[in-house]
Amino acid sequence: MMQTYDLQANGLRELNAALHAQANDTNQTSWEIVNPRGSHAVAVGLDAPIEVSVKGSTGYYTAGMNKQATVHVHGSAGPGVAENMMSGTVVVEGDASQYAGATGHGGLLVIKGNASSRCGISMKGINIVVHGNVGHMSAFMAQSGNLVVCGDAGDALGDSIYEARLFVRGSVKSLGADCIEKEMRPEHIEILRDLLDRAGSDAKPEEFKRYGSARQLYNFKIDNAY
Amino acid sequence: MSVKDIKDKTPPRTMPIQSATFSNPINAEIRRAAATGIYDIRGGGAKRRVPHFDDLLFLGASVSRYPLEGYREKCDTKVTLGTRFAKKPIELDIPITIAGMSFGALSGPAKEALGRGASAAGTSTTTGDGGMTPEERGHSTKLVYQYLPSRYGMNPDDLRKADAIEVVVGQGAKPGGGGMLLGQKISDRVAEMRNLPKGIDQRSACRHPDWTGPDDLEIKILELREITAWEKPIYVKVGGTRPYYDTALAVKAGADVVVLDGMQGGTAATQDVFIEHVGLPTLACIRPAVQALQDLGVHREVQLVVSGGIRTGADVAKAMALGADAVAIGTAALIALGDNDPRWESEYQKLGSTAGAYDDWHEGQDPAGITTQDAELQKRLDPIEAGRHLRNYLSVMTLEAQTIARACGHNNLHNLEPEDLCALTMEAAAMARVPLAGTEWYPGKPGF
Repeated sequence: MMQTYDLQANGLRELNAALHAQANDTNQTSWEIVNPRGSHAVAVGLDAPIEVSVKGSTGYYTAGMNKQATVHVHGSAGPGVAENMMSGTVVVEGDASQYAGATGHGGLLVIKGNASSRCGISMKGINIVVHGNVGHMSAFMAQSGNLVVCGDAGDALGDSIYEARLFVRGSVKSLGADCIEKEMRPEHIEILRDLLDRAGSDAKPEEFKRYGSARQLYNFKIDNAY
Repeated sequence: MSVKDIKDKTPPRTMPIQSATFSNPINAEIRRAAATGIYDIRGGGAKRRVPHFDDLLFLGASVSRYPLEGYREKCDTKVTLGTRFAKKPIELDIPITIAGMSFGALSGPAKEALGRGASAAGTSTTTGDGGMTPEERGHSTKLVYQYLPSRYGMNPDDLRKADAIEVVVGQGAKPGGGGMLLGQKISDRVAEMRNLPKGIDQRSACRHPDWTGPDDLEIKILELREITAWEKPIYVKVGGTRPYYDTALAVKAGADVVVLDGMQGGTAATQDVFIEHVGLPTLACIRPAVQALQDLGVHREVQLVVSGGIRTGADVAKAMALGADAVAIGTAALIALGDNDPRWESEYQKLGSTAGAYDDWHEGQDPAGITTQDAELQKRLDPIEAGRHLRNYLSVMTLEAQTIARACGHNNLHNLEPEDLCALTMEAAAMARVPLAGTEWYPGKPGF
């Protein structure tokens, strides 16, 4: 049963309270939010297997700390979309601003357009698929998970990266400290194929290059200081 | 001519004089740096002498004021934090809280002991970088959850389990700097909590990954409030650098509580040069912060928690007299648990240190079993006994602060005021904005 919620008419607090009240076995599984008009903190902290469709663009931290839910933004998203996501799926039809998927622990974030700087910063297990390009310092200090970029990546990709995997189809303007190109092995092709499929991209896994950590900054040495 | 005669005729010699600039500790550090090529990393806060609460005195009662009976008359110590916006403010029996210290930096038994001691004393304890452990939550009746730049272990479930949320912008030991947990302390459990491989150095970022500046912080606080249904008090913790503006901006961003940490506040590990040369003494931070709250009309509505070098009930009373609503202790709490105890002197000597000076907390070899993840060393700390010691210490500090407040004629610690104080030095007078002892004057006072 579809629930429709007018954000401008009824306010943010009532919306998030209603979404938080959904239990795991709820039958109110489909929600449509209209008139988001760039509001911040829309559908944050969800923890139920519901589907939330936002009809328009949103502000900061859309679907922040999401668990289980599927949140679909039919517009663009402001900074920090799906930040610290634990599980579930977040899809942005348009572009995403800075810090998309920041510190995310799990789940899948799909950005159909471009993502700005610091996409996947400090990611901790989340999977992020960007159909377009990502800005500078993406995957900075990325700990684990996968960042897939179907377009190009900006400066300093993967600076100070830990164990996250980065897949880029287009060009990389520059790699950050301790980030290097790595061999694309069959298991990586499989990971990539699965993510592209789930993200609705028709890109071919074989077209991508893989980047990851050289692991030279893992233990402090003065020669590593800049 | 005898040998004695020759000696007596030896001309007097110039006495060897150590340079005040190139002192023995400085020279030793130069030699260490030259030999290793790496800067010194250590734990703790600033060790240098800076103007501090010791440079203030209470005036006590006199003809113009009468005191309260020391043991019988009421002197309230309760404080409520988070009254501005939170639906569920934290009510504490005493205005002395336990500052944020991480599991990882500290052992599991040490975190448990902090929770036990704080809970028995009716106050709160605080998580740290690395997230919340079940033991810590289980033993802490009031637990503040730190929201840090690294977001290690950060998850919405623990956020909701907390009694308050502390957005950490900085800390007094290293304002503007991030943290380091060196590989020696990364056990399997610590590694798992932080989503990183075992044994590698873990860097905690110096700034938050998804916001910059006070306008963003306001929206971040909105998100945290929405996720926790506006129930939890939101603290903003800053290192002592520009306390007037940082406090004002934290208030603007929507903080319920401002936590202000001076340079004597400790850290688990950072560069010694950072600890000793960046930031303000705690004493210099309080009055500007209070001024900011007063200028915005929110003093007491937004509570101020001060930390960094709080050791005694006198320090508590002085901080509160200058306008703080509560204080937080970290290093002092660890000492109460048993850190740097002389009974481990022989082991401190083996580590090239001595009791009272041991600060290589990052190396994970703490003989007291507190700043370590070593399974055998951890066993040395009995969390029940250590928690009892912390409770006793908190009780003594509270009694001391009450004693002073009563002597100044106050039936509530929060009624202490700057007029109860004088300063012993010009520097302290200027920083605390209380008169130099025996005068009505302090530097910068209008009309002088």
